[in-house]
Amino acid sequence: MTRRRWADGRAFGLRVRLLLAFALLGVTTTAVVASGSYFQARTVILQQAQDAAVMSLTDQLAQIYPLRQLPPTQDDLETLAQRLSDREGYAVVVYRDMRAQGAEAPDLLTPQLRQSVRDGVVAWQRISVSGEPVLLIGTQLELDRPDGASLPSGLEIYSVRSLAPEQQSIDRLATLAWLTGGLSLVLAVLLALLAARGVLRPVRELGRAARSLGEGRLTTRLSVRGADELADVARTFNDTAATLERQVGELRRMEADARRFVADVSHELRTPLAAMTAVTDVLDEEADRLPGDAGRAARLVSQETQSLTQLVNDLIEVSRFDSGTARLALDDVDVAAAVTATLRLRGWTDRVHADLPPGIVARLDPRRLDVIVANLVGNAFRHGADPVSLRLRAEPGWLTIEVGDDGPGLRPEVLAHVFDRFYKADTARTRSEGSGLGLAIAWENARLHRAPGQRGSLTAGNAPHGGAVFTLRLPRVAADDVEETR
Amino acid sequence: MSQVLLIEDHQTVRDGLQLALTRQGHTVDAVATGEQGLDRLRAATADVVVLDLMLPGMDGFEVCRRIRQLGDLPIIMLTARNDDMDVVAGLEAGADDYVVKPVQARVLEARIRAVLRRTAGESRRGAGDRSGPEQHGALRIDRAALVVSKDGVPVSLAPTELRLLLELSHTPGQVLSRQQLLQAVWEHGYLGDSRLVDACVQRVRAKIEDDSSAPVYIQTVRGFGYRFGPL
Repeated sequence: MTRRRWADGRAFGLRVRLLLAFALLGVTTTAVVASGSYFQARTVILQQAQDAAVMSLTDQLAQIYPLRQLPPTQDDLETLAQRLSDREGYAVVVYRDMRAQGAEAPDLLTPQLRQSVRDGVVAWQRISVSGEPVLLIGTQLELDRPDGASLPSGLEIYSVRSLAPEQQSIDRLATLAWLTGGLSLVLAVLLALLAARGVLRPVRELGRAARSLGEGRLTTRLSVRGADELADVARTFNDTAATLERQVGELRRMEADARRFVADVSHELRTPLAAMTAVTDVLDEEADRLPGDAGRAARLVSQETQSLTQLVNDLIEVSRFDSGTARLALDDVDVAAAVTATLRLRGWTDRVHADLPPGIVARLDPRRLDVIVANLVGNAFRHGADPVSLRLRAEPGWLTIEVGDDGPGLRPEVLAHVFDRFYKADTARTRSEGSGLGLAIAWENARLHRAPGQRGSLTAGNAPHGGAVFTLRLPRVAADDVEETR
Repeated sequence: MSQVLLIEDHQTVRDGLQLALTRQGHTVDAVATGEQGLDRLRAATADVVVLDLMLPGMDGFEVCRRIRQLGDLPIIMLTARNDDMDVVAGLEAGADDYVVKPVQARVLEARIRAVLRRTAGESRRGAGDRSGPEQHGALRIDRAALVVSKDGVPVSLAPTELRLLLELSHTPGQVLSRQQLLQAVWEHGYLGDSRLVDACVQRVRAKIEDDSSAPVYIQTVRGFGYRFGPL
């Protein structure tokens, strides 16, 4: 859920960035290339048209040479204009105030052009006449003098021709440029998508694999394709995962070995302890009759044999939880009666304020309930202060038992470790007060009670008025075989 | 007091238990293997067998089954591991009760006395019962003579099994919880192991029911316990 939202929130993810970069690159390149070639082509086309026009004008003028007389008459000008006009354009001939035009058209000559022509230059100008490009070329005829020099004659000849065909070519060119640009943009986007896919798929796979690894599936590996950087990353990932798997496997083996060792040692200790325990009663009975030190020694041996037996039993119990061989022996139990029995068997009935509503029946392992309650109450006596209270409550599907005391409560640093094995909150505490496994075993026993969708729990906390409170919560109907969900 | 046959392979444990039980006034015959134990039973009588489950050679389960075939001698298992599979298998093999090693002598002694009371105590209880034989369907229960017969044929029941059947049939139609039965039959304090009851019920059913999977006499009341009838 969280991951999904996070992924969707990536406005500038790798894919988008790649797309943008490719599109930008495509557009820029196309714009530069297309506009460059467009302007180049446009210049070339216009230049060619212009050169052709100038050439044609000078060719025609060469045929008209020599001018017979100066100044020309109006008729001369008209004739000249007619002769210089053709399909592609018409001519305008000007001499001083006289003017002749080869076609019916408005006067298009601009003062700048005329000035240039008067100065003796072959001048040209492109103008636009009602949206249509028009090329104006002007020159001044020269007079050959007998000495070979030539003089400006004052006769100005202008050629006016439309550039519409060239404009069409240029327009086609522009359209083509746009089209090319558009196509290349589409191509760039497609390429970007392809590249993004190529990059993102391995990245996604890598992400998936990393998550899977993080969830504890240490056999996760990536398939390495190609020899690029991503393949390198995949290979590194695989190496890391393999190392991790090996090391975790090693650690697990070592841990299993250690646990098996504890279990084996405990089992081995049981036989001598069984022999010793069998005769502790004999020792106890004889201790009173033995003189002085011998009697004390006998009592000590008996006492410590029992402590050692308790410790070994607890160790075996713990190792059975660790190996997953602990099983529930379920029975339908009146919980109030069961708790009362636990307190009575240990002589605690008068020391505990028990609030036990009758009629709460639950399906649980009575031996384990006894172990839990005895541990909690015993712990309250040892570390808390009287009065110890015990409260049984039933909820739909659950039952809870709270064991509280009037002691100073649990410090936060103790609270975090109170169910740890051999954790001793008080360093001064002596071993004879318990194996140090009691609360850990109680915790495991609580968690062993499972039902579909439910799991027993044991938690520690402090009451508002001070004093520690341990809360046991068990499913009302525990089941024998609930699928292990880890 | 009583004749105890102790079958235990570890010598120190055997010696320790023998010492402690002898001090309690029992006559203890201690052997190291199941084979020896069975030989002793054929040669002499015993009131109760204390049987270690982990034995070299013939294992405790097999010894347990053989003893059951010989007769209705009470058997108390010693389980070295508090292993649920061992306990269940031992009870299925016919053991009456079990204790977990290491065990204090007085705990084992208490169990021995309880199991012996089931044997000896029946006659005492029965002696005061003058109500005569009861007939429940095909089952005839004579509390005074401690005889149960089905269709006129006597049913062979071990003391614990008989005690359980008598306890249940005493109040036909009334549900007894496993814990109540543990207190009444096994004399366990509260929070006994209910598998003792379940295993014993299975054994009794196998002897008195026509179809153990569809019991008529001893019915399971799920969530509560067991009930005799109603027929």
